[in-house]
Amino acid sequence: MSDEKSLSVNKALTPFNMVAGIILLIGMVITILRFTGGLAAVSNLTDDNPWGIWIGFDLLCGVALAAGGYVTSAAVYIFGLKRYHSAVRPAILTGFLGYALVVFALHYDVGRPWRLPYPFIVQQGTTSLLFEVGACVALYLTVLFIEFTPAVMEWLGLKRARTIVVRLTMLLTIFGVVLSTLHQSSLGALYLIAPSKLHPLWYSTYLPVYFFVSSIIAGLSMVLFESTLSHHYFSHKMDKTHLAEADNVTLGFGKAASLVLAGYFTIKIIGIAIADNWHYLTTGYGAWFLLELLGFVALPCLMYAVGVRDRNVKLIRWTAGWTILGIVLNRLNISLIAFNWQLPSSQRYVPHWMEIMVSVFIVTIGILIFRFIVTRMPIMYEHPDYHSH
Amino acid sequence: MPCEFFTLQDFMTYTKGITYILMLVSLCAITGFWLFLTERDTDEPHHHSK
Repeated sequence: MSDEKSLSVNKALTPFNMVAGIILLIGMVITILRFTGGLAAVSNLTDDNPWGIWIGFDLLCGVALAAGGYVTSAAVYIFGLKRYHSAVRPAILTGFLGYALVVFALHYDVGRPWRLPYPFIVQQGTTSLLFEVGACVALYLTVLFIEFTPAVMEWLGLKRARTIVVRLTMLLTIFGVVLSTLHQSSLGALYLIAPSKLHPLWYSTYLPVYFFVSSIIAGLSMVLFESTLSHHYFSHKMDKTHLAEADNVTLGFGKAASLVLAGYFTIKIIGIAIADNWHYLTTGYGAWFLLELLGFVALPCLMYAVGVRDRNVKLIRWTAGWTILGIVLNRLNISLIAFNWQLPSSQRYVPHWMEIMVSVFIVTIGILIFRFIVTRMPIMYEHPDYHSH
Repeated sequence: MPCEFFTLQDFMTYTKGITYILMLVSLCAITGFWLFLTERDTDEPHHHSK
């Protein structure tokens, strides 16, 4: 008996689990410090720089990278691309966890969690973009939760409840696409108020369009990236259909991502032309902008295209990772690096190590919950009781 | 060096002119890119890579 116990303890003590455990421990200590000592105790946020990496990374990148849910379900249910059906559940799960963690991360920034429903029940502030973002995120998180429940119901054996939810699929998908279109673009629109603070190469009246189009790229790439990791770590949880469709999904999503990247590249160039910002390209910030535009938009666009033409699944998967880095770079450029660009470096915001640690803590929680769900619920395989449903 | 504009009309004429040229180039380039992307497509519903 004791041998069995020590065996299971040894099995749980993997390097990943130990590192995750340490991160969770540090994260919990910082959480206590944050909610007892205030923002100043754990962050470099000030009245001059009130938005740091918790907004730039956790929120802006989190929402963009969680776009895989609406992109995949729209492709399968609205555009009828049923051959990508096996990608829906993992994408919905990633989206749901992404949004749930965005809301969780927001608590570190705004504090007083009990006031989260205030915009809906106390002070609407309907003229504020933040109200629209808040309302959409709250509603879309609910939609993603309902879209995810069939997997939980199959796991728990709740057949009747599952049947009711499955019937709502099309309605939920349409609702999800509408809500995503609204808030993905509104996150970009938040920066329209700061033309004097954001560098002209990143500032544009088309920022809402840029954010929305790039969210499609982020969603497609995130589905590919998540699928790559799942194939590496959870291939034993995949059924034949999932494994057989995997390459097809990779090629299809790679092609879509390549085309959207080409469109995104075009509208970025048109943005420079319409504001006559060409002369900024020869400056230091111009070089940084070109690195983002050529290295993380044009290059992955070409790499995806070559991968699709050559049926090179490995290249497409690597490109997905590279594109995700590009999305993160873009959001950090807009929210932090090119923001307040005219200020001397002494007045610029640099994140505190504990702010970074909170972000790592939240990502780790996401990975652990993803692993918990995928190893228990029918995400990568069809439940034997519900074939052809 | 940026161009000097004395009226909004000048600025709009210049930037819109450049944008229209870029739009024309983009439409041709994206069509070409689409052909490049789909050149090796087959009519088979499922593709399998090696």
